[in-house]
Amino acid sequence: MTDRRRIIVATIGELATVRFIDKKIIDSTNIEEMGSELLAMVDDDRLKHILLNFDGVEFLSSAALNKLILLDKKVKQVGGVLRLCNLRAEIMEVFTITRLNRVFDIRTSESDALKAFGVPS
Amino acid sequence: MVEPAWAWSLLREMPSSKEVGHEIIEELLAALTAAGWDGRDFFHVQMAASEAMVNAVTHGNQEADDKTVEVEFKVSETAAYLRFRDEGQGFCPDDLPDPRDDDHLECTNGRGVMLIRELMTEVHYNDSGNEVEMVKHRNTETESAETA
Repeated sequence: MTDRRRIIVATIGELATVRFIDKKIIDSTNIEEMGSELLAMVDDDRLKHILLNFDGVEFLSSAALNKLILLDKKVKQVGGVLRLCNLRAEIMEVFTITRLNRVFDIRTSESDALKAFGVPS
Repeated sequence: MVEPAWAWSLLREMPSSKEVGHEIIEELLAALTAAGWDGRDFFHVQMAASEAMVNAVTHGNQEADDKTVEVEFKVSETAAYLRFRDEGQGFCPDDLPDPRDDDHLECTNGRGVMLIRELMTEVHYNDSGNEVEMVKHRNTETESAETA
């Protein structure tokens, strides 16, 4: 199991549900760590489907968005699916302004997202 | 730009360090909170400040130890003014590709300048492109952003 400092991961088979340690995803070093840990889930832990739960996240910078795009590309490479959920309104607005809401599959709640993955509630 | 009666201001020359930049932005956020800012407007200023600071340190000064960034913040109950001046060669913001275009949508850079323009009320770059000034007028009516 990869040593993780920025994310908390729970797995159901090939599906990983991820929560973030930092309320504000803003520090450059932490963002680099977060990006590495996200990619390692796919590369090292062979997890194929990823749900990022943003519950408790108050802020994220464009540098953090870039790491999510890299993860999305990686997940698609292995034929998996990436979904996001529980984005607070201000962060959702950033996804809308950048049109990244068209790139990512964003769900309101974790239960909605898990349903989309076919996980019974 | 409009000059309200500022309740708080800061003028500082900072090293080309994102860590120091984030610490200075924390002072701005504390001043905004003290002036009654919260919610969406607070978030917009935080985002614009963070993106502009990172641009000045990384793209402007290339994180060079011998270069500094001049930072100026002013806060009132109704407006916030931010200015960042780096010692880089500058750039022309109008020459940047729009990261919202389909061809650039999945690029892993280039969103900061666009976000600043979208989130702030007024944004102005100097002719050489190494200084950005921006103003946010606070929306006094409660306005919630679109939710997922």
